[in-house]
Amino acid sequence: MSEKIQELLRGTPEVVNVGLELFARAIREQGGAVHSVEWKPPMVEPATAALPLFNDPAIAQANQEAVTRMMRAQPVVIGVARARDVIPGMTERTFLHAGPPIDWAHASGPLRGALIGAMLFEGFAATPEEAIRKLEAGFVELAPNHEHSAVGPMAGVISPSMPVYIAVNANGENRAYTNFNEGIGKVMRMGAYAPEVIDRLRWISSVLAPLVGRALERSGGIDLRNIIAQALQMGDECHNRNKAATSLFYREIAPYLVECDAPASDIAAVLRFINSNDHFFVNLAMVAAKVMADAAHGIPGSSLVTTLSRNGTEFGIRVSGLGDRWFTGPANVPRGLYFAGFGPDDANPDIGDSAITETAGFGGFALAGAPAIVQFIGGTPADAVRATLEMYEITVAEHEVFRIPALDFRGTPVGIDLRSVIRTGILPVIDTGIAHREPGIGQVGAGIVRPPERCFVEAYRAFERHYLTAARPGMEAAERTAQ
Amino acid sequence: MVVRIHIERNSYFDSVALMVVAAAANRREGVDLAALVMGTSANVELLRDSGVWGDRLEQVAPSDLIIAVRARDEATADETIRFALDQLRSATPAPASEQATLAPRTLRTVLRTAPQANVVAISVPGPYAPIEAEEALRAGRHVFLFSDNVPIEEEIRLKRLAQELGLLLMGPDCGTACIGGLGLGFMNAVRRGPIGIVAAAGTGLQQVASLIDWFGSGISHGIGTGGRDLDRRVGGLTMAAGIAALATDPATEVIVVISKPPAPEVAERILTQVATCGKPAVACFVGGAAGTCDGVLVTRDLTEAARAAVQRATGRPLDDIALPALEEARARVLAERNQRAPGQLYLRGLYSGGTLCDEAMTILTPKIGAIHSNVPLSPELRLTDPRTSVGHTFVDLGSDEFTVGRPHPMIDQTLRIERLQREAADPSVAGIVMDVVLGYGAAPDPAAELGPAIEAARAQARAGGRALPVIVALIGTRADPQGYDRQRERLEQAGAIVVPSNALAAELAAYLVA
Repeated sequence: MSEKIQELLRGTPEVVNVGLELFARAIREQGGAVHSVEWKPPMVEPATAALPLFNDPAIAQANQEAVTRMMRAQPVVIGVARARDVIPGMTERTFLHAGPPIDWAHASGPLRGALIGAMLFEGFAATPEEAIRKLEAGFVELAPNHEHSAVGPMAGVISPSMPVYIAVNANGENRAYTNFNEGIGKVMRMGAYAPEVIDRLRWISSVLAPLVGRALERSGGIDLRNIIAQALQMGDECHNRNKAATSLFYREIAPYLVECDAPASDIAAVLRFINSNDHFFVNLAMVAAKVMADAAHGIPGSSLVTTLSRNGTEFGIRVSGLGDRWFTGPANVPRGLYFAGFGPDDANPDIGDSAITETAGFGGFALAGAPAIVQFIGGTPADAVRATLEMYEITVAEHEVFRIPALDFRGTPVGIDLRSVIRTGILPVIDTGIAHREPGIGQVGAGIVRPPERCFVEAYRAFERHYLTAARPGMEAAERTAQ
Repeated sequence: MVVRIHIERNSYFDSVALMVVAAAANRREGVDLAALVMGTSANVELLRDSGVWGDRLEQVAPSDLIIAVRARDEATADETIRFALDQLRSATPAPASEQATLAPRTLRTVLRTAPQANVVAISVPGPYAPIEAEEALRAGRHVFLFSDNVPIEEEIRLKRLAQELGLLLMGPDCGTACIGGLGLGFMNAVRRGPIGIVAAAGTGLQQVASLIDWFGSGISHGIGTGGRDLDRRVGGLTMAAGIAALATDPATEVIVVISKPPAPEVAERILTQVATCGKPAVACFVGGAAGTCDGVLVTRDLTEAARAAVQRATGRPLDDIALPALEEARARVLAERNQRAPGQLYLRGLYSGGTLCDEAMTILTPKIGAIHSNVPLSPELRLTDPRTSVGHTFVDLGSDEFTVGRPHPMIDQTLRIERLQREAADPSVAGIVMDVVLGYGAAPDPAAELGPAIEAARAQARAGGRALPVIVALIGTRADPQGYDRQRERLEQAGAIVVPSNALAAELAAYLVA
């Protein structure tokens, strides 16, 4: 006889009610203890045979493995190199970009602007018109950053001779790369390509990047996870707010910069550039998150989301146990605040690899620790807390390292479980910049956005198919024959 | 258009705070563009690009606040600058003691704050219910699964999982349970006592438990199994767990098992289990054969099961265990029968409880002949259109074909009232029988809806020169939240004959057409 059932009969039950509120009321009327789950129908109706996947202990175990790798990855930025020299699979004619795969014909304004900028920067074209002609003709091969261990904010364009940071996983094997942050306003990542934009890029690659690279080498590497963990307790969420993280990085790198045998004016210019750009750290936050997310990718059976990314036209996600396949849907336009002279009509749909921060358990998922950000959507600190609380409903774990003072130092929600998104209908909350829809203009605001449902529905269908065929070998072959 | 530039030296504001005010300023009448930025070189460039420019902008520092406005006239621009400064400087109103909480959306989140909760009651649509139930079981919680339309393969899988984990899974399609005095789903306020019930029939459990209370005894627990538990494929897994639990439960002295007639091999297994469990037992297979099997009394109606259980629990003679005012009710039925017009030949049963409908048909068929139904005793008696009665017709208005998109008659009387009106207009109808089930979860005041409808139906029949007797089986106890006596009085005022036993209601109804 089951001891648990005997114990149940010995007392008066305490109930959790999932579904009709009528039954919770009936229990309360009797003076009973009851807690309610605010249940809503899932995004899809699962196949009957697939129902077990939602609570399958093997999947839970795979997800635990994946999220542990994500949390324990220890990204350290060790240096700077020319993109072509270090990024795997990159050729002299490869331009990497944010988000899922896309071609010139489908690229949005800001991505086109950034690609034009990169053509000018590389010297592949002398004028924007020439750049456009060559891009239309397929002069360069476009490929997603994410497929090359790289990430870049907004348009995210990395061309072969751009300098990139190298981040390694000190607690694993993988590496990741990202470009340098150019500041705000008219910048290439937002689709601007005016001469001043290109000039700034040239200064970055000739002065800033080499000096930072030498300083990093002298430092023996700077632990990015440490900086993020501290900044999350200082009002940053390290996606749309990087004031604290930039300051912490500045403090770490400054002595090594000074020790580089470089002209004082260059060192001063570099320090001034870092100091004047509150978002200098965002690329480092992203490359750290990429190291973490890649460490969690490729665990068989895992439903952990390891990529959230947008190219300005489509939003794409990837799932740890589903290989390198992208699942996409049309990118949404963020809700937010606009710079002087701009409004929602100017906004491009969501763009950038920066949602890798949410993927790794900070950014929008750490909003509770960065209440200033919710003002972008007219919110209050309580809204910020609620945004983070909501993300616990779709994540596998609470972060071991990233903690939020406002939540009694509870770990941030980390490791989006595709199954939980489908079950609850709750979509990840993402902080984001807003780019102008036309090329050449740049950033026009900042706000908050959610991915389209479709990415998750498509990914779920693939996961379900995979689950059913794996559970019953031979079915996959039968399915192929049927087709 | 004019452009006005205002500079506040050494006044730092967070860029987000500035954008919030700028958004408000831009919405003002007559304002073409309002910008609030700190005086960094990047911001100054932005202003230059958007065409709001003044020479003073050449000499700003990053710690200076710039307010730039382009408006239709100077007055508007100046007002807007004042507005922006006021907005920035106005003290932030104290937040309205807003609690930063979020209604939990998942079981996991609830269990985090209420780890002591030990039963999860689930009533989400069937196709999703197994997900919730499995999560609860794997979290080590017992489950009360009200949802129906759960695929049978999932029911089998989940019941095996519950068995493996030593947990109780009541349902799917379990309407009622009562554990340690707490009713789950639809349940009456029944006194606690020595009789433990395991039931595969929700309203059957409610009827037996309520009558046990009427007869002066009480129940220890009422364990629901769900209507399909005794299906051959499921094999009575929950029933077996329930009987085993009651057999070892110190509060339980007598065990009652309730179900529709199960598959013979399942019935045999159950009877063997109760016969050997060491406690006196009564089984009721509603509509099945009566008798004694391995020393277990098997009854065919719920009222008999309740009486037998109370007899075993209290040692009182069976004749003492009876319902009051029986004779009075019989006299009223006979009086009504004598007023019927020629051509009033058929009974109509309008039920909210499937088991109760079944029980009534079982009792009446030998007395009055074949009864048509949407839940017929034999397939050839299935109504072609469940909405249209033929001859003797008893319908379970709680069945899916009636309740898709409509509230169940346990919680709302609309479906039943519509049907009652139609039956009242039919000159071949000799009488109406219905159940009204009280208790927690049920409609708060069913007599308030049904009373006037019964009055109207009887008046309509009278106008057609007919009497229309209405017999109500009022299932419940005096402690039920609706107030048993108040409900009975209201229904009697409307002209109904009210009894607390469904079997008795059926027997009385037989007189109307015999």
